[in-house]
Amino acid sequence: MIELENVAYSYGGGELLTDMTLNVAPGSFHFLTGPSGSGKTTFLKLCYGALQATAGHVRLFDRDVRSLSRDDVAILRRKIGVVHQDCQFLDHLPVTENVALPLTVSGQDPDGADANLKELMAWVGLTARAYALPPELSGGERQRAALARAVIMSPDVILADEPTGNIDWEMSQRLLTLLVELNRMGKTIMIATHDLGLIRAAKAQVQTRVLRISNRRLQMAGADL
Amino acid sequence: MRLDLRTAARMLQFDERADRVVPPTGFTARLTLFSAFAMSFLVVFALALSLAAGRVADRWGNELAQSSTLRISAPAGEVATQTEAALRVLRTTPGIVGARALTLDEQRGLLAPWFGADLPIDDLPLPQLIDITETDGGYDAAGLRLRLAAEAPAAVLDDHARWRRPLIDAAARLRLLGWASILLIATATAAMVTLAANAALAANAQVIAVLRLVGAKDTYIASAFVRRFALRALTGAAFGTLTGIVALMLVPSGSESAGVLTDLSIQGIGWVWVLLIPPLSGLVAFVATRYAAGRVLEDLA
Repeated sequence: MIELENVAYSYGGGELLTDMTLNVAPGSFHFLTGPSGSGKTTFLKLCYGALQATAGHVRLFDRDVRSLSRDDVAILRRKIGVVHQDCQFLDHLPVTENVALPLTVSGQDPDGADANLKELMAWVGLTARAYALPPELSGGERQRAALARAVIMSPDVILADEPTGNIDWEMSQRLLTLLVELNRMGKTIMIATHDLGLIRAAKAQVQTRVLRISNRRLQMAGADL
Repeated sequence: MRLDLRTAARMLQFDERADRVVPPTGFTARLTLFSAFAMSFLVVFALALSLAAGRVADRWGNELAQSSTLRISAPAGEVATQTEAALRVLRTTPGIVGARALTLDEQRGLLAPWFGADLPIDDLPLPQLIDITETDGGYDAAGLRLRLAAEAPAAVLDDHARWRRPLIDAAARLRLLGWASILLIATATAAMVTLAANAALAANAQVIAVLRLVGAKDTYIASAFVRRFALRALTGAAFGTLTGIVALMLVPSGSESAGVLTDLSIQGIGWVWVLLIPPLSGLVAFVATRYAAGRVLEDLA
């Protein structure tokens, strides 16, 4: 599904990530940890084609990213839902239109998927906030809206970058519950986080694999997690 | 991101949802509207000037081509003899299909605009004028002058070329200047729209990042901006053209012979050019925005 083979990424003359090899199997649940600035976000960006590896190969759904045009990457990205810590939205559109944005840009009629959209808004607990503008939402509501947007195309993979970074414990547990639910539906999940509590809570619910970026390399995390 | 006809057509297709992804208005919207308005207003004038100059050049060319005048300036007793001799020479000159001495009434008619209809022409020592009509190929003016010098020495040949050519050249140059102005205005419009589109795209880098995150193709992102700018340019140009037409109607009109200054009207096929100004402005904006979007999206990738 997502394969990295001896991948390296350099920026500004320095190597940020080196010799990374990973095979993300369908239906798996991965955590990616590491100190701030270790390259977790960069790693995730490599995994959804937002960045190109400077060495090695990244294969998304059996296609080498290097051989793809930007439009091909855009189409592949529709199979990968992404949740960012800063939850980028179009601030001039209401939440419901932001959530439906992947449908809009892929040429599907969001009105045709209206029932699904309503169901999704209810699933993330945002029915009452459907017509609010993103700046009017709390941190937790923004994260849940971002998750709803990430899953509306029913993607095979969901990548989340520090999804609980700006929200309280209760809200992060709620978000984790949603992600675990998605994993049980067969979705592949990868979460970049330094929130060890979140990892422990997840391990209590599903089988997870914890990776750590240390000294620019990808390692399996120890049993202490 | 290639631009073929199918992609261009898709980019121009109205798509309300896609258009909503670009935040509304801003100074770039006003800049594009105003630029298109002002430039179209100027294009209407440049076009009117060019068309009027073209009409004048054609008129002068048609009216004065294939005709010449012979003037007999001789003492009163010799005018008739010299006229008869000159007519004989003219009738036997290759390239001349007709030569006719103007009557006194016709000569009075020519002078009437300057001296009034009651001019006592009989008391004035007026030269006799002979109107010459040429074939398409014309005649040998130098050869004719030599023959006239021998047989009718009081005859002076005026083939109009001496003063007609500079006038026609000036009118043609004026027409060219008009079209050059239109080209410059179109280029300036393209530059202004490119600047505005660049500014709008740079200000919306966050919007572009979000659209890419959710799987939007570059064509989709570019289309949203291209449609908006083309529509703004079309609207501004439509108002500018309309205002230009109204302003032209306010220019006092004169007789056709008055020339460029009082003949700045749009006539006949000229209306097609005027009606083309708004769509052409939209097209210029489309191409300029498409170019700007391509560059910015490449830079942001």
